[in-house]
Amino acid sequence: MSAPEPLSVTHLTVAYGERPAVWDVTWSAPPGLTAIVGPNGAGKSTLLKATLGLVPALSGTVRFFGRPLEEVRDRVGYLPQRASVDWDFPASALDVVCMARYPRMRWWGPVPRRHREAAREALVQVGMADFADRQIGKLSGGQQQRVFLARALAQDADLVLMDEPFAAVDAATEAAIVTVLRNLAARGRHVVAVHHDLGTVPEYFSHVLLLNARVFAAGPVKDVFTPENIGATYGARLALLEEARVGASAAGGG
Amino acid sequence: MTVADFLMLDLPPLLAAILAGGTCGLLGSFLVLRRESLVGDALSHAVLPGIVLGFAVTGARAGLPMLAGAMLAGLLAVALIGLVQRATRLDAGATIGAVFTTFFACGLVLLEVTGARSVDLDLDCVLFGQLETLVWTEGRSAAALLDPAALASLPRQLSLLSGVALAVSLAVAAFWRPLKLICFDPAYAAALGLPGRSLELGLALMVAAAAVAAFEAVGSILVVAMLVCPAAALRLMTDRYTTQVLGGAALGAGLGAVGYLLAGPLPAAMGLTLSLNAAGVIGTLGGLLVATAALMRRAPRVRANAVA
Repeated sequence: MSAPEPLSVTHLTVAYGERPAVWDVTWSAPPGLTAIVGPNGAGKSTLLKATLGLVPALSGTVRFFGRPLEEVRDRVGYLPQRASVDWDFPASALDVVCMARYPRMRWWGPVPRRHREAAREALVQVGMADFADRQIGKLSGGQQQRVFLARALAQDADLVLMDEPFAAVDAATEAAIVTVLRNLAARGRHVVAVHHDLGTVPEYFSHVLLLNARVFAAGPVKDVFTPENIGATYGARLALLEEARVGASAAGGG
Repeated sequence: MTVADFLMLDLPPLLAAILAGGTCGLLGSFLVLRRESLVGDALSHAVLPGIVLGFAVTGARAGLPMLAGAMLAGLLAVALIGLVQRATRLDAGATIGAVFTTFFACGLVLLEVTGARSVDLDLDCVLFGQLETLVWTEGRSAAALLDPAALASLPRQLSLLSGVALAVSLAVAAFWRPLKLICFDPAYAAALGLPGRSLELGLALMVAAAAVAAFEAVGSILVVAMLVCPAAALRLMTDRYTTQVLGGAALGAGLGAVGYLLAGPLPAAMGLTLSLNAAGVIGTLGGLLVATAALMRRAPRVRANAVA
């Protein structure tokens, strides 16, 4: 039997109040780089958070590498949305990256040297070595995103769950993130990322989950990332968009 | 003013103000960093029924029953805030406001009906604290500072305050890193498997305990000045977490000391008949502290923006 999937969810349902955000999702992320794609409010981030137990699930089971999260927590890394924290917080970039190693050190006293070195190494990987001692509020949005990425890397996890890693970043940051993703894949690590830019899915990821509360399609990008599946996932809105585009090109051509 | 005067009349309230200010200043940074300053205000009000019931049980203004009652009331308030929020989907501010005013009002009613109301605990001390009532009868000379028998007669409130200060300091030191993480990124703390929920509860309990401590010094209304002002002022002055947290404690202790001294002893020493209420002076100083920090920060900030 082959190794268990990095992440698999069975009949997962999450609701905020009466409105279901994730509806009966049964899906597993294969090894490698996987994108979760869907319209705004499709429950992409909610699905990610529910797998980590950050929002309560109404029903369903979640397994990482075939086991419950508690047993394999050190194998699962997390990159939250940049907007989820207060960047005015009194901490340097290095401080933030060191947080990834908190479970491996005492709860008081100075950060041990080897963990600090690991954090610096993670900052090097995202091209932020020169900003280690800068207060995080004095970094640009893209640099902040790279600090969060470095923190996820410093966890040294086998699977990293990323919530919108490419949201509102500059070109340099986007390139840095892509390099990191490819390095992770080359080292046999796995990534599941919520992604909003349909255009870059085939370039950055090998597998995709098309989600709009429920699963619309899942599998290798080349097989399931088709206009029909995307249209079905995004519903009428994208269809309208598509018509508008066709109309515009027809007008431009005429 | 003689040494004996100072030891008997001014030392106990001065120590009480320093201990209460230091404890509150230490915890205040966590509230300010978590953007939960209102929770500090809410807890410091919500503990009143617990304090009154604890007082009614023992008939004494110091001691563990009062502390236990306050922490219980604090826990109930936190639980109720969570419950109301889930049930009604009101925003956090509205829920907190509704719960803590209800608790505070219950406390005032209890104060009247339990017979707790007495020379020791009345509306005045709820409003203004009772620093001035702390007296060390045995502090007749400097030698008393080294005399165990004399020291044992220090007001009991001081041992309660020291106990709370010590416990809070130890807890903050022991949970230094997890506390930092639940202030910055609670979701990430949970994803790492750190006991975030328990820590948040522990933080609320510590704030409730500190609120009892500060209740002695400045009364229930102005506790929030001690909790929030030193931390808020430092928030404008430093980018370093350690400076923020430890500096908050130091600034809080200083605020308590200076506030108390300005209220009575200093004017008296200068021969003025002016005597102010310590709680009022501490509250006012707290506000001035934040205003000064804001003004000091403003100038360089504007320049930095102009360059950028």
